[in-house]
Amino acid sequence: MAVKVIIPTPLRVYAAKKDSAEVSAQTVGEALSGLTTQHAELRKHLFTDDGKLRSFVNVYLNDEDIRYMAKEATPVKDGDVVSIVPSIAGGRNLD
Amino acid sequence: MKKKQIPSVKVGTFGRRLRLPACGRQARNDRTGNVTMAEEFHLSISQELAEGIGRHGAETFPHECCGALLGKDSEQNGSPREVLGLFPLVNRRDDSPRNRFAVTAEDVRDAERVAREKGVEVVGWYHSHPDHPARPSEFDREHAWPWYSYIIVSVMSGKPAEMTSWRLNDDRLAYLPEKIEINRRTTV
Repeated sequence: MAVKVIIPTPLRVYAAKKDSAEVSAQTVGEALSGLTTQHAELRKHLFTDDGKLRSFVNVYLNDEDIRYMAKEATPVKDGDVVSIVPSIAGGRNLD
Repeated sequence: MKKKQIPSVKVGTFGRRLRLPACGRQARNDRTGNVTMAEEFHLSISQELAEGIGRHGAETFPHECCGALLGKDSEQNGSPREVLGLFPLVNRRDDSPRNRFAVTAEDVRDAERVAREKGVEVVGWYHSHPDHPARPSEFDREHAWPWYSYIIVSVMSGKPAEMTSWRLNDDRLAYLPEKIEINRRTTV
């Protein structure tokens, strides 16, 4: 399936300044894998060292959060759009 | 999740001025003890908006405040990145708001939508450190992306104090300081 992955602005510098990538995938996970195959520098900003999506990285299939679907196993179809959206978190050191 | 609405930050004058440290090109220690030479990052912001961030931190004290920085990234032209507006947000960390803040992905999408409507983009985020220095924590670093500017305002005993800005480096191991420049520009 041909899927479009939207690359968030902060990460475009690691993707030849492109705002999206076309990948072939059966699932959202495969789409993300295809994206990081095309642009390897993106990997560390999306995934932890053990290959899991970072906790603050959220993925949408069209307009649906994949956490409420089948997560990375969510199937995709031709023309779907995958978006990567961070949640922002932080705070001071604990005393 | 039901969205909480908060009013826009009102601009006012603080009892004491925000202190902006000099933090241009200088050596920094990352978490591994290695010394990193910072690139020269510059962030331009009006006094009005800088005070707005401090006021937001004072309003939510002793809890952390947070919000988006709306602006333009004109660094490719040799100009500093410019903050032209704020999008104050509600801290979603109800369990530990004194030392943590969270902005949900839906809030991020809202901020990006508002930025697009104003013809600008989300260039970063701000938050406060109540009764704590304006220095990024390990928790901040673990939850950051490069490129964004991360402004931190220290709020001491309810009053805004030092304000700093930071960027995560490419290898995710350290923050680099970003010099804040106060301008007289209008806001969006």
